[in-house]
Amino acid sequence: MIYLDNSATTRPYPEVLKSYQKAASQYYANPSSIHHFGGEAEQLLSRARNQAAALLDVEEEEIIFTSGGTEGNNLAIKGIALEHQNRGRHIITSQIEHPSVLEACKALESMGFEVTYIPVDHYGKVNPDDIQKAIRPDTILISIMHVNSELGTIQPIDQIGMIADQYPKLFFHVDHVQGLGKVPLHLKKARVDLCTMSGHKIHGLKGTGILYVRKGIKLHPLLHGGGQERNQRSGTENVAGAVSMVKAMRLIFEEQNQQFHHLKSLSRQLRECLKQDERIRINSPQDGAPHIVNLSVPGFKPEVIIHALGKRDIYISTKSACSSKHADESAVLSACGLDPKYTKSALRISFSYLNTDQEVQTFCTTFRDVLHELKEVMG
Amino acid sequence: MYNFSRRVTRIKRGNGVDNMQYDHIVIRYGEMSLKGKNRKHFIAQLKENLQKKLFEFPDAQLYKTRDRMYIQLNGENHEKVMERCQEVFGIQSLSLAIKVPNDLDEIKKGSLYALTENKEARTFKITTKRPNKQFPHGSQEMNQILGGYLLSNSEGYQVDVHEPDVEIRVEIRHDAAYITSRKVPGAGGLPVGTTGKTLLLLSGGIDSPVAGYLAMKRGVSLEAIHFFSPPYTSERAKQKVLDLAQVLTRYGHDIKLHIVPFTRLQQKIYQYIPEGYAMTVMRRMMLRIGEELAKKRSILSLTTGESLGQVASQTMESMNVINEVTNYPIIRPLVAMDKLEIIDISKKIGTYDISIRPYEDCCTVFVPKQPKTRPRREKIHQFEDQVDFSKELQEAVDGIETLTFKEEQTATENKFDDLL
Repeated sequence: MIYLDNSATTRPYPEVLKSYQKAASQYYANPSSIHHFGGEAEQLLSRARNQAAALLDVEEEEIIFTSGGTEGNNLAIKGIALEHQNRGRHIITSQIEHPSVLEACKALESMGFEVTYIPVDHYGKVNPDDIQKAIRPDTILISIMHVNSELGTIQPIDQIGMIADQYPKLFFHVDHVQGLGKVPLHLKKARVDLCTMSGHKIHGLKGTGILYVRKGIKLHPLLHGGGQERNQRSGTENVAGAVSMVKAMRLIFEEQNQQFHHLKSLSRQLRECLKQDERIRINSPQDGAPHIVNLSVPGFKPEVIIHALGKRDIYISTKSACSSKHADESAVLSACGLDPKYTKSALRISFSYLNTDQEVQTFCTTFRDVLHELKEVMG
Repeated sequence: MYNFSRRVTRIKRGNGVDNMQYDHIVIRYGEMSLKGKNRKHFIAQLKENLQKKLFEFPDAQLYKTRDRMYIQLNGENHEKVMERCQEVFGIQSLSLAIKVPNDLDEIKKGSLYALTENKEARTFKITTKRPNKQFPHGSQEMNQILGGYLLSNSEGYQVDVHEPDVEIRVEIRHDAAYITSRKVPGAGGLPVGTTGKTLLLLSGGIDSPVAGYLAMKRGVSLEAIHFFSPPYTSERAKQKVLDLAQVLTRYGHDIKLHIVPFTRLQQKIYQYIPEGYAMTVMRRMMLRIGEELAKKRSILSLTTGESLGQVASQTMESMNVINEVTNYPIIRPLVAMDKLEIIDISKKIGTYDISIRPYEDCCTVFVPKQPKTRPRREKIHQFEDQVDFSKELQEAVDGIETLTFKEEQTATENKFDDLL
């Protein structure tokens, strides 16, 4: 099997599963229980939090364990909006955010908030000047993703952070789900106030994640209850989940330090091979994230290609899995202003550090065969 | 109200400062310079303490000149090293420095880096000193040259000679020019280890860790004693104390923690001593055990977190009858502080969040309904004479368990290491 759909989800590292299993079976007590056994679970959770903070170079109290990207984005956006609506009810985001950001914003619109959706250029990039211009006295939040999940475009988070930093009443949220472990982001240096991360995109498990919330920021919780996670996210802590998330994070950062060039080289090989076929348009920017290559083959229905490749045990995807349930056009590519013939024929190949040169070569040959074969059938 | 034209990049391109980086930290010691003959000893201790502090930064090198110390960063993160050094007592102030050759262009580049690296700054001032009179430009002239250069090569800065956000100091010495900015205060006080050792009575509360911190500020090294009463107090209450001791190692490096099994003695006190006086007797027992341990370990004083009038045991009358059992000096750094001041310090030194974890310690479990705020000395003597505590006291002292904490290790780390 050749798995090239790592932006949808990744295969959990065996070490992560082992940690999860051990933590879940040996430290299953409720960290809030006052007995010794509960105390051990609490210690383990606090060690996990401590390590997460060290890996991200932030403080322990700034880490909230969540169930993943969708929850993190919802908690950040609705949490800020509801808590700080007295300051203002205007939010800025971009047109190509993940649905969990866009839909959360829409929900807030229905509650009377105003949202400005910043347009992007042909490569899906946000211009910081546009954000600067959109800021109003009643703006309370800017939410911009770091790496776009369909195109791999890297947004100028540092620059946006500098802009947001000029306005003390304005919070800056970054959806870092696709970038974590692949494209470095230093939260403090980039002046990020809130940052969403997810476990299953970095070889961790589904249902795990972290929301970074800068010290001193209060959120309106989505989940009320026992007051866990500093009152920001109630519910018995998923200790084993948190442990697995942090373990995955440590491992992916090691990979990022040592194997960064590997991803770049995979992406380079793939691009070179795709360039040989002039029917193919590469939509991803040259300077994008090294693990995502988006392309269009006009005239070919993407689903058909996916299924044809799937028969040969090769897995890629159309657009981001979360948007795949809607119409067949890529909203991200439309927002980039691409012609419908490209937006309706987009495919995404996404790597992990586990992929090999050999796999890329095999993919390339198979892809060529599939196009050839389908052309005969479809043509 | 909103300035839309604020620059995002504040440095004009092509000045060659991209590869500039702070490479030194200058460390100045204040009060110590006053201490005549002890001076040498104090500086040696400070150097040792700093050396230990740098364990996280293997590439950083510490060296000492006549009146200062320098840390050569060799690529270590300057912000983190600064932060860590601010925890070391005996330092008056620290600055970040760039060392450049005695060359006008290099000095210009270095000062531009020192200015633009500080993102908060809006105004600046340049102060040049020129001990090296061979250098062709005088210090006044240098101020003007550099000021002009900075203004024309950066954006959004202004000169303010009275209250600048950043003062860039250029020292043209014989070996090289040192450009410093970002002067921050050190922790003050005296190097830990220069004024002897004290035994801190450490509960899990807010006060005692702060008392330990302040004692260390005056150069004292610390051992701590904790009274543990299972099952009345839980493992987690003990864990709090272990965690507090671990935090305190940031300021005092090695800390020994002595844990006294206190249950039997405490039970006997509450069995035989009238309720209103039990707490006073318990405190007296703690001091007796403390003194006994101090004798064994050649420690010359005890330290407590008492603050006058804060609770029943800390009234003048209570202190008087409690203090009666020992001749050892009791250091009470908090005695004249308000609770809020104490809380502020505990937040600053990182013990507050641990101290407020909601577990009982031996002082809170047995709180009587109405403790005597004015215990009478004759009564105490009368009650204590009626009961023989010597066996329990001896058992408590004999049963002491000692743990050693060092800054570079975390007590609970190992058990979970393979999971994370």
